[in-house]
Amino acid sequence: MTARPVQDGLFASDPPALLGTRCDDCARHTFPRASICPYCGSEDVHDVSLSGAGVLWGWTTVTAAPPGYRGEVPFGFGIVELPEGVRVVTRLAVPDERFVEGLPVTMRVVPLHVDGDGVEVVTWEFAP
Amino acid sequence: MSGVRVEIAGVGIHPFGRFEDRSVTDLGITAVRAALAEAGVGRGGFQAAFCGTAYAGVAAGHKVLGALALTGVPIVDIEAGCASGGAALQLAAGAIRAGQYDCVLVFGMEKMPKGIIRSSFFEPWREEAGLAVTPAYFALRAQRLLREAELTKEDLARLVVKNRRQGVDNPNAMFRKETSVEEVLGSRNVCEPLHLFMLCSPNEGAAAVVLRRAGSGSGGVSLASAVLRSHLPGSVLGEATPLAGIDDADITPPSTLAAQDAYAEAGVGPDDVDVVECQDTDAARELLAWEELGFCDRGEQGMILDGGDFAMGGRMPVNPSGGLLSKGEPLGASGLGQVVEIVHQLRGEAGSRQVEGARVGLAHTVGRGANASVTILTG
Repeated sequence: MTARPVQDGLFASDPPALLGTRCDDCARHTFPRASICPYCGSEDVHDVSLSGAGVLWGWTTVTAAPPGYRGEVPFGFGIVELPEGVRVVTRLAVPDERFVEGLPVTMRVVPLHVDGDGVEVVTWEFAP
Repeated sequence: MSGVRVEIAGVGIHPFGRFEDRSVTDLGITAVRAALAEAGVGRGGFQAAFCGTAYAGVAAGHKVLGALALTGVPIVDIEAGCASGGAALQLAAGAIRAGQYDCVLVFGMEKMPKGIIRSSFFEPWREEAGLAVTPAYFALRAQRLLREAELTKEDLARLVVKNRRQGVDNPNAMFRKETSVEEVLGSRNVCEPLHLFMLCSPNEGAAAVVLRRAGSGSGGVSLASAVLRSHLPGSVLGEATPLAGIDDADITPPSTLAAQDAYAEAGVGPDDVDVVECQDTDAARELLAWEELGFCDRGEQGMILDGGDFAMGGRMPVNPSGGLLSKGEPLGASGLGQVVEIVHQLRGEAGSRQVEGARVGLAHTVGRGANASVTILTG
């Protein structure tokens, strides 16, 4: 059985990319997709695929499963800055001593858990 | 600012902690009765009630006032995350200044489960994917502050030691035992750089304040300003917890927006403040609040910790109550709990944790929403 994303419309798998929006008025990017620019309120926006590579801006390790979480612990959690100027909140590979501000990271699609129907659920993360 | 002076007619508190045998309504009743008794106000004495709570459910305020046979007036529950109490207070103060009411009861209460706060704010997929981890957001904010203010994890621990020492003297606090830098750093690592003792505990409690239009001869503590603000868009690390943001160097945080308005309305500045109760959800949050509220610039926190300026005995004690790190955080009650503390300080009734000669006090909360409240009181 094929895997399903944790939520439709968030990311593409081939090549891995987050699905975002660019505002034609203020030229800023956001994620996830929005029909109104969350920064300036403009409705002149269009959908884009965001870059699959960026740099690390913030990172931590989640050591205990938070409420509602269905995957394994520990896992990395942080913020990646993409070339479009957008900072995205993301799952990360578990941080290690290589993790520093500005570390180049790339996106990949990874298994999260197997749901009650035996279907693999996938999400995205960034890793060095 | 209208010519109306709003004064604090009475305050009441139910201790913050865990009370398995008491409902949230019970907690609210205790605080409300205490505040009304102190104000000398009973049925017919107040024209409206605002109740701050995030988790108490439908008509939570009605249940408290119903149990006390005090219904009939408008009762409105207010949810503004950690700032719910501050939000209730600013609505009440505004209504009095506008001439709508002469006396308003404001209270807040909460009964929260242990551990990470689960919030309906997050869509289920975000919880499922591990992108709704509140302390992990705190950790990222802390990491950035350490980086940009040249602070260390030891500095975070020193902040905890300060507040826990101050909480020893507060009978309404949950943790009343001093701790050490070694003990804080030795506690479980929750999300690097934050250890368990650097995070406040969601818990249970209630607080109440009776606001009154001041008459010509009355001399109680004045509510100089009560302001609520939300966030401006774009800050990925803000309490709005978005999934994306932009360079936030020029985005004013909601706590600063609220503080600027509160100072202007009260006619005072940060240098005039004698005592502060501020949001210390985690150790870094307080250090960030110092700069957001105008008490220091980014990078000065380490020097201030060294000098003890914002500790008891310093020039402007912050969180003499012990802060949320000592008291725990019952969301709807936490902001009004701060106001109760400041009122005791300005009346000179704070006992062994009294800040001598305190005339101007400031209470600050910031959290989910984002919502930030700043309340300035003068003695």
